Amino acid sequence: MNLQRVLALTKKEMKKTVREPAVLFMIFLFPVVFVFAFGASFGGVGAGQPVYQIGVVNRDQATPPQASQLFLAALSDTKILNIQNYADNQTAQNDLSQGKVQAIIILPNKFSQSFASYQEAPNNPSEWINATILLYLDKGSIVATQAIPPIIQQVLTAFTDQNRQAAASPISLETASLVEVEQASALDFIAPGMFTFASIFLIMMVAQSFTQDRENGMMKRIRITPTTPTEFMTSQVLSYIAIALIQAILVFAMVYLLGFRPNVGMPVYAFAFILVLVFSLSNVGFGLITATIAKSSGAATGISFLFVLPQLFLGTFVGASLSSAAQLAGKFVPSYYVTDALTSLFLRGAIITSPAVLMDMTIVSVSCVVILAIGIILYGKYYKI
Amino acid sequence: MKESAIVISDLVKRFEDVTAIDGLSLQVEKGELFGLLGPNGAGKTTTINVLCGLLRPTSGSATVDGFDVQEQPEKVKELIGVCPQETAVYPYLTGAENVELFGNLHTMNKDALKARRDMLLEKMGLAEEAKRRAEKYSAGMKRRLSVILALIHDPQIVFLDEPTVGMDPQSRRAVWGFLKELKKEGKTIILTTHYMEEAEELCDRVGIMDYGKLIALGSPQNLISKDNVKNLEEVFIKLTGRTIREEL
Repeated sequence: MNLQRVLALTKKEMKKTVREPAVLFMIFLFPVVFVFAFGASFGGVGAGQPVYQIGVVNRDQATPPQASQLFLAALSDTKILNIQNYADNQTAQNDLSQGKVQAIIILPNKFSQSFASYQEAPNNPSEWINATILLYLDKGSIVATQAIPPIIQQVLTAFTDQNRQAAASPISLETASLVEVEQASALDFIAPGMFTFASIFLIMMVAQSFTQDRENGMMKRIRITPTTPTEFMTSQVLSYIAIALIQAILVFAMVYLLGFRPNVGMPVYAFAFILVLVFSLSNVGFGLITATIAKSSGAATGISFLFVLPQLFLGTFVGASLSSAAQLAGKFVPSYYVTDALTSLFLRGAIITSPAVLMDMTIVSVSCVVILAIGIILYGKYYKI
Repeated sequence: MKESAIVISDLVKRFEDVTAIDGLSLQVEKGELFGLLGPNGAGKTTTINVLCGLLRPTSGSATVDGFDVQEQPEKVKELIGVCPQETAVYPYLTGAENVELFGNLHTMNKDALKARRDMLLEKMGLAEEAKRRAEKYSAGMKRRLSVILALIHDPQIVFLDEPTVGMDPQSRRAVWGFLKELKKEGKTIILTTHYMEEAEELCDRVGIMDYGKLIALGSPQNLISKDNVKNLEEVFIKLTGRTIREEL
């Protein structure tokens, strides 16, 4: 492979991106504008009757812990909360950071005692044994932070108060991560998806670029030179990685200016950028598949939406507002795993080596290789490179 | 006898039920300026595409400077320069950047590339416009730029597929002058054109193709005197019963 040819073609592609107003807009400005429009439209919580996964660490030391078990049964009876028991807080926290559960409640060791004290002297607070249920929430989910606390509070009130309608109770609910959650804005919740969102539009640009070069005879002209297919495709991949990197930097700069300040270190940022770059390669693959199908650059624009829209709606910040069926469908698009990993890293506080993040990275990498290979093989078969 | 730059033997190229080249055999000598003439659809461009390695022939063979176009296309591509029929330049690059890109694709040395770029832009009358984007060029200027892209790496064998289409008479004369210079340098040039006066002016020999077959071969003067007509266009009319221009 000759580096001089690869660099010359990469430079050419970068100049095209900067100099063609339509390309410049589509790759860099459109995602930003679109993000704001969608953020405003879909900023709220979703419709329907969702089910939340709740982790429980029961420290109630009563034998048997009858009151706490009754309380957990009451939570399950809501049909909204799916209870998952954990032996210790650390395991539960790990799952919370990876998005496996949306909240954790820690039942205190005096739960049954506290409940019993209330039963015996409901009108005499001085006799009560106070206890606090700690609630940890998935900071990466606007739904979890807004919907889960009132549901649990409602169940707790109903459970302790029974029919007495008392104003106070010895068992209180305290949201352990409430301070941070309250500071989170809608932007915080959609920011991870915005990184994914921007890269998706590479599909359209790659498809247009290849079909245009085919239409105006440039692809043929390149083929007449000693440039090999490997050199040509390498230059394209390098160009689009560079474009994806610039996109990611611009999006990050924008959300940072707007107040997005994830409490993570440089390694996490580096990992996040690498993830987005890997994802961009799968979009190059989708672009090549589109360019293979499309007979003209105009058709390429339309056909590219077949790949853009599912990734956009099912795999970015938009997905959080969709039905559970649509969210399930999202698991079949690469963008879902990019957004999920970024959410885990930026909002849930997961570390790079956590199983959920590594699994997301693996799925994105494998799908990227497969999609890019399919794109190159298909395009090479029907149009030659 | 001079060494052959191009040897075509019983070449056939079919596209489904259309036979674009029908048993073409031809030799072009090194240093020759050879004109391939014929109406649209005669098979001229298909022949060039086969010689460039862009199309695989259905049967027959072709070699360029001894290299088989099917077996050693990478060797062939190092030797040739091609100005395709369509004006293929990158509109968002300047004239100079287009030239540099193709020089780099031929892995030219930086200094040599710069010197040859400047020389070609000057000779083709594009030096003053070199820093403007090609999208701002007139059709004739784009065509001249397209010719430069084919010649930037100083190829030994040059294929020019209707290089002067859309050019004003002055530009056309400038290109003619440059092609004559290339011939003096010993380059082999295969030129397709619809302009009979161009072929008469420039070509050592011409081959007239029709329906994929070579129907006449010789120097313009020989063909004119053999058919006892006034010019090459009349030779063509006599042979095919059609004028070339009406096919445009």
